Amino acid sequence: MFTPHTKHDVEVMLESIGVGKIEDLFQEIPAQFRYPDLNLPPRLTEMEAAAELESIASANATTKELLSFLGAGAYDHYIPAAVDNLLQRGEFYTAYTPYQPEISQGTLQAIFEFQSLICKLTGMDVSNASHYDGATAAAEAVILAYGHFRNKRKKVLVSRAVNPQYRQVIRTYMQAETTLQIIGDDPETGIEPDMQKFIAKIDHDTALVMVQYPDFFGRIIDYTQLIETAHQFGALVAVAVNPTAMGLLTPPGEIGADIAFGEGQSLGIPLSYGGPYLGFFAVKDALLRKLAGRLVGETVDADGKLAYVLTLTAREQHIRREKASSNICSNQGLMTLAATIYMSLLGKHGFQQVANLCYQKAHFAADQLSGIDGFSLVDEWTPFFHEFMVKCDEPVEEVLEHLLQHNILGGYDLGQDYPELKNHLLLAVTEKIKREDIEYLCAVLQEENHG
Amino acid sequence: MAEPTIFDLSVAGRKGITFPKADVPETALPKGFVRGKLQLPEMSEMEVVRHFTSISQKNYAIDLGFYPLGSCTMKYNPKINEAVSRLSGFAAAHPHQPADSVQGNLYLMYSLQEMLKEIAGFAAVTLQPAAGAHGELVGTLIIHKYHKDRGDHQRTRILIPDSAHGTNPASSAMLGFEVVPLPSDSRGNVDLEALKGLCDDRLAGLMFTNPNTLGLFDENVCEVVKTVHEAGGLVYGDGANMNALLGVFRPGDVGIDILHFNLHKTFSTPHGGGGPGSGPVAVAKHLVDYLPDPLVGIVEEGDEENAPLYGFIHPAKSIGRIKSFNGHFGMHVRAFTYISMLGKEGLRDVAEKAVLNANYMQQKLKGTYTLPYDRRCMHEFVLEGFWKDVPGIHALDIAKRLMDYDFHPPTNYFPLIVHEALMIEPTETETKETLDRFVEAMQKIAEEARTNPELLHDAPHNTPVRRCDELKAAKDLVLCCYVGDDWPGEIV
Amino acid sequence: MLVPENLKYQKTDEWVKVEDGIATIGITDYAQDSLSDVVFVEFEIDVDDEVKVGDSLATIESVKAAAEVVFPVSGKVIEVNQTIVDTPEILNESPYTEGWLVKVQVSDESELEKLMDAPAYDAYCQDR
Repeated sequence: MFTPHTKHDVEVMLESIGVGKIEDLFQEIPAQFRYPDLNLPPRLTEMEAAAELESIASANATTKELLSFLGAGAYDHYIPAAVDNLLQRGEFYTAYTPYQPEISQGTLQAIFEFQSLICKLTGMDVSNASHYDGATAAAEAVILAYGHFRNKRKKVLVSRAVNPQYRQVIRTYMQAETTLQIIGDDPETGIEPDMQKFIAKIDHDTALVMVQYPDFFGRIIDYTQLIETAHQFGALVAVAVNPTAMGLLTPPGEIGADIAFGEGQSLGIPLSYGGPYLGFFAVKDALLRKLAGRLVGETVDADGKLAYVLTLTAREQHIRREKASSNICSNQGLMTLAATIYMSLLGKHGFQQVANLCYQKAHFAADQLSGIDGFSLVDEWTPFFHEFMVKCDEPVEEVLEHLLQHNILGGYDLGQDYPELKNHLLLAVTEKIKREDIEYLCAVLQEENHG
Repeated sequence: MAEPTIFDLSVAGRKGITFPKADVPETALPKGFVRGKLQLPEMSEMEVVRHFTSISQKNYAIDLGFYPLGSCTMKYNPKINEAVSRLSGFAAAHPHQPADSVQGNLYLMYSLQEMLKEIAGFAAVTLQPAAGAHGELVGTLIIHKYHKDRGDHQRTRILIPDSAHGTNPASSAMLGFEVVPLPSDSRGNVDLEALKGLCDDRLAGLMFTNPNTLGLFDENVCEVVKTVHEAGGLVYGDGANMNALLGVFRPGDVGIDILHFNLHKTFSTPHGGGGPGSGPVAVAKHLVDYLPDPLVGIVEEGDEENAPLYGFIHPAKSIGRIKSFNGHFGMHVRAFTYISMLGKEGLRDVAEKAVLNANYMQQKLKGTYTLPYDRRCMHEFVLEGFWKDVPGIHALDIAKRLMDYDFHPPTNYFPLIVHEALMIEPTETETKETLDRFVEAMQKIAEEARTNPELLHDAPHNTPVRRCDELKAAKDLVLCCYVGDDWPGEIV
Repeated sequence: MLVPENLKYQKTDEWVKVEDGIATIGITDYAQDSLSDVVFVEFEIDVDDEVKVGDSLATIESVKAAAEVVFPVSGKVIEVNQTIVDTPEILNESPYTEGWLVKVQVSDESELEKLMDAPAYDAYCQDR
C-alpha cells in the first residue's frame, strides 16, 4: 500500500546487501524480543478506513449541528475557503522545517509574513515563528522573564483572570524551580476589574506580571496603572491577547506591554477538538535575544537576490543543547501559514469587520439574556469584547443540559475552575451567530424558566 | 525575481472577503480602548491565492521528491489522512463540549492510546504533548516528580549519549537536571563501562535513543536498562527512530520506563513545514499515575447493548497539564487512520522495508563515502561528507550540490560524533528506482568533488535562491516587513 | 594563531592578565577563530557580583555556534566591557586588546598557578 517494493525488488536488494532474507537484517535485536505478536484490529483498506472514520466522526454532535456559545479559549469563527485550499498544497504541508533555505523559500517567506502580521496586530517589535498554543506560550513568557533576571527575581504574578489552563501549564513547566513563586491568582486577590489587590502585590522581587486582554471573562480592563507600577519596580509585563479583539482594541504594544502572546486559533484554524492550534509570541526589541523558538530573517543569496533564512539559531537547542533557554524544536508551521493566509484575506477591513460583528452581537446577546428572569449579567459596567459572564439562579448543569436538549451548546461552566463562580456561565458570540440564534437561545431559556 | 510580500502587494481599498452587515442594534464601542490604526494588508482573494501558490512553488516537499533527512522520517503522508481529519465531526468539535456529545472523538483518542501502548509495549499513553520535544519535557517532568515523591532528592543527573538529539539535553536542563554526556563505544553503542562508572545514587535517569542517531541498534540494550535500573534510575526512550522497530521490537518489553512517539515521523502525519507535530508519551506500569492530566479513559464500562462511555480521568500523582485542551487532536485522527490501515502486518512491513532501503543504500554508497561505523544499520545510516584527498570539500557542499540533482539533502553536521556527517534515512515509501537515482547522484558528486570542485562550492545552481548570507541575516537583523508609520491603516 | 607571552590561559580558551590584583579576562584568538563571526555577546554577571572559577561569565554567539565563557579566577567583578555588546565583531578583530570582557578584583592569586602559560596553551591548541 504505502511500500512500493515488488518481490523482485526485495530479492535484488537483499542480494546486493548480501543477506538471504529480510529477517536477517534484524539479527542485532535480542532474539527473545523479536517480532512480538501485536494485538491490533485487522487492517483496513482505504475504502474501509474512510467509512470507519466517517462513522466515528458521526458519533459526535459538533458546532456544525449545534448552536454554539462555547468559547473560553477556542472560538468558532468563519474560515474563508481559500485558507484550507492553500493549506492542502503538498508543497507546504509535506515539507520539513526550513533548514535548507535554498529550497524552502515558500515556508520561510510565509513565516516572515506571519511575524510581520503579528507585530502589526499586537503593536510589538519582534514575533517568533510560534509556540504550540496559548498555554505553552504563557509558560515560555514565564521562562523568558525568569531567565531575563537570571533567576534572581523570585516572583511571577499571574492574574486570576488569565485562562485557567494557561495557569496550570505554567505551574507544570515551572515545578522544578522550587524558589520561584507563582502567585496572584488566589481567590483572595480575586478578579475585581480594578485590579487593586493584584497591583499591590508587585514589588522589586517580581520578574513578570501576566494579565489577559480581554481577560478570560471577556472583560476589557484598563491596564495602564498596572503596567506603570510593574515598570516602576523593573518587572516585565506579559499580556495574553485575543487576536480577533485586535481588530478593535488598542494593541498591547501601545499600552506598554513587554511581551504579547496568545492563542492564535481564532486566526483561521478549525476548532478540531482542541488542536493543533497556534501560540503566537511577540516582544519589544529589548527582549529580542531572549525569544525562544525559531525566527526568520531577511538576507541575500550569493547572487545578491533577496532571500529568507532561519536566523539567530545559536540560541536554539540543536546548538546550545543543555544551555538553550527552551527545548522547543518544532513550531506550528502549518498553523502559522493558516493564520497568515487568513489575515491576508481578511485584511484591514475584514479584520475590523469581524471584531466589530463579534462585539455588536455579543452585546445584543448580553442585553437580551439579562432581560430573562433567573439570569443576570455580572460586571455589567465593565466593557467586554465577545464573551461575558452570566449568573444563573438555577444550577448551571441543569441549564446546560436543557439547552443541549434544544441543540444549543450553552457556554462554559465557570464553576469548574472558580469555586466562587458556581452557577456562572461564560458565553461567547462570534460573527457566525445570527440575531435569530440569540433570540432562539433566549426563548429556550425562557421556556426553562416557565417549564 | 523575488516574490513581493503581502505588504508590498497591498493596495488601500482592496478586499479579500466581506462579512454580512450586523443584524443587531449598534452598541457604542468602549471608550478609550479603540485603536486608531490597523496596518494589515489589503488584497483581493485572487491575489492572496496567487501569492501563496507562488511561494509554495519555492518549497521542496515529499510530494515533489526524495527527502532522505536522517532522523526525520520523511515518509509519504497518505491523502486519506487529510480527508478524514477534515470531517466536520472532528474539525468542528469544540474542545469544551460535554463528553457525551463527543464520544466519537474520545473513542478515537482512547483507541489510539491503546494502539500505541500495544505497539511499544507500555501500560499507558498520554496524547497531550504537542511535539517530540514536548514529549521529552513530559518525560523529564515524570522522572523529576518520581524521584521527588520517593524522597530521592540527590538524584540530579541525567545521562545523555553523545550522539543524542539536542532536545534531549535541553529538555533535561529545563528541569534543572545536570546533563552528563555518555560516550559511545567503537561500535556506536553506549559505552557500558562508562555507563557503569556513572551509575550511582546521583543518577536520575538515562535518555536513550535506540536505534541511535547513527542508525544503529544498541546491541546491549538489555544490559544498559538493567544497569540504570540497578542504580535506581529511570530509562527514557527517545522514540524518534521507532520507524525501524514497528512490529519488530517493543521498547517496553526490555524495561524502558518512558518513551515518546513522533506521530509526524513514524505515523505519517505531515511535517507541515516545521509543525504541528505530535508527541504522545508512553509509560510503564509504575509511572502511570504521573502522566499529564487529563487522560482519556472509560468512565462507564459498556455491555452487550451499550458502548462504553468515554471521558477524562485524572492520574493520581500527575505532573499536571502540559498543554491546552487535548493535544493535537487533528494529528491523532491521522495517526489512528494510518495505524488502522496497516494493522500488525503492515506495521512490520513498514519497519522491514525502511531497514531494507537503508541497508541497500548504505551498501551502495560505502565504497564512495567513508562509513565510520561499518555494520548493519537500521532505518538510517551516517556517512562522512569529506575525503582526506579532496581538501576543501565539506558535507555542506555535497548537501547543496544534491539540490541541483533535485534531491533534498540528507541531514548534515549531525550527529556531532561523526566528522562532517551526512545522515541518510530513505524511509520505506521510496522505490528502488529512486534509491538508485540518488546513489548515482551521490557517486557523480563524489567524482565532481575531484574533477570540478567549484561545482560543489558554488552549489546549488538551479534552486529558487542560491546559498544565503547567514552572517548578514544575523547582523543586520530584519525580522519583519518594513511597514512605516505612514503606511495606510487608519481605522474609519 | 596568536598566543601572547604575558598572559595565562584556561583550557576552555579564556585568557587572563593580572596587574595590581586586577584580572582582565577575555577569549583567545583560537576561540574567536573557531567560533567565526561573532554576532552577539551576553554577559551573565553584573558589576559587584562575587564569582568563582568556573562560573558562567558570558555567552558568545556566532552564526553557527554558541560558546560559554567561564571565569578563570575568583573574585569580585569591577568592570564589564559594554562596548562588546554593541560591536561584537571586536572579539574577532582584537580578542586580546579591545575585545576584553571583564575586570575582576582577584580574591586568590594562587589560582593563577593552575592556569597554562603561553607555550603550554599553544601546544594544547596544536593538539586539537
